[in-house]
Amino acid sequence: MKKGVMRPGHIQLRVLNLESALAHYRDLLGLIEVDRDDFGRVYLKAWTEVDKFSLVLREADEPGMDFMGFKVVDDECLVRLTQDLIDYGCLIETIPAGELRGCGRRVRFQAPSGHFFELYADKQYTGKWGVEEINPEAWPRNLQGMRVVRFDHALMYGDELPATYDLFTKVLGFYLAEQVLDEDGTRVAQFLSLSTKAHDVAFIHHPEKGRFHHVSFYLETWEDVLRAADLISMTDTSIDIGPTRHGLTHGKTIYFFDPSGNRNEVFCGGDYNYQDHKPVTWMAKDLGKAIFYHDRVLNERFLTVLT
Amino acid sequence: MNSAGYEVCEVLSGQSFRCAEGQSVLQAMEAQGKRCVPVGCRGGGCGLCKVRVLGGDYRRGRMSCHHVPPGLASQGLALACQVFPQSDLSIECLRRNGEGDKNNKMKKEVPS
Repeated sequence: MKKGVMRPGHIQLRVLNLESALAHYRDLLGLIEVDRDDFGRVYLKAWTEVDKFSLVLREADEPGMDFMGFKVVDDECLVRLTQDLIDYGCLIETIPAGELRGCGRRVRFQAPSGHFFELYADKQYTGKWGVEEINPEAWPRNLQGMRVVRFDHALMYGDELPATYDLFTKVLGFYLAEQVLDEDGTRVAQFLSLSTKAHDVAFIHHPEKGRFHHVSFYLETWEDVLRAADLISMTDTSIDIGPTRHGLTHGKTIYFFDPSGNRNEVFCGGDYNYQDHKPVTWMAKDLGKAIFYHDRVLNERFLTVLT
Repeated sequence: MNSAGYEVCEVLSGQSFRCAEGQSVLQAMEAQGKRCVPVGCRGGGCGLCKVRVLGGDYRRGRMSCHHVPPGLASQGLALACQVFPQSDLSIECLRRNGEGDKNNKMKKEVPS
């Protein structure tokens, strides 16, 4: 958090059918619907999140990610980072407060990887959902489905990884937590963090810009991941792979798809970092084990299926 | 249609399988252990199961315009996960080489 960028705050996804997407994210993942707007967008959040929303769904002809937003510590920081982005050579778009209901002014830019990101300082603080502010109980009793804990991170596929790394580390204050290097020492995957988390955003090299690999939600335990797998079968939801463990980050995970083909992950565990930790390195020739620690074989679908 | 649904034939592999009313071509193919079309997201989003429908009647679900531009729908271009047969159907897989699910290919092919 060296530059005042605090954490992932929201992600806006495009879906082919809003109602089936809502059934997926609300009833299966257990996100809470908190609002809708005049553009037809639906706002959701996970129960432990203190701000109003973290996932926005928009109906469109093509699934994928519109943008991912990071919250910064305060408005002064937002002003400073806006100037830093401009000085770095980024084109900036300022989106007025209220365009997303309950969210303050947002500053949007495009990373060299082709993805749109935004920074904001203010969002309506609604507190954790379903528990009191004073003497909170352990968890709300009326959660649905997988009862996901929080929006945790997202993985992007695109090119220009070095330039994207440069922007995220030098301007925004992310650090490299984990990487995959090929035989020539070229970084083909970069996991970037703002915190002690294993990643807040990650990028994998892909010749086409701006593709979306997955949005990930945190669960507490391996038992919760197995329970998520049960729910995926019960609802006949399209599965990708898992439950298994990653070599990268060592998280325990399952991947599946929303009804429009956007990949989701729910996971638990995983490594932590402090400032004195060196980046963890995996070699591309061992990518099978790096991605799927038990199978040690790459599922081709994991690399080629994107929205 | 009879109670057993419709016959779907993939012309490049020569494989055919039955598809029930309301079932997608890809769903039927997977359920019967056939692997003539690569399987991706199953939601009309990723484009991996792109096919051309050569003949027959079918209903189309929603699919990403990134992979199936609206103008090409009339030429039979579609994603197999969003093709719901309403008669016997013949299709051609457009993703035979390269992009596919290697995990699928490693498994033993079920004879047609």
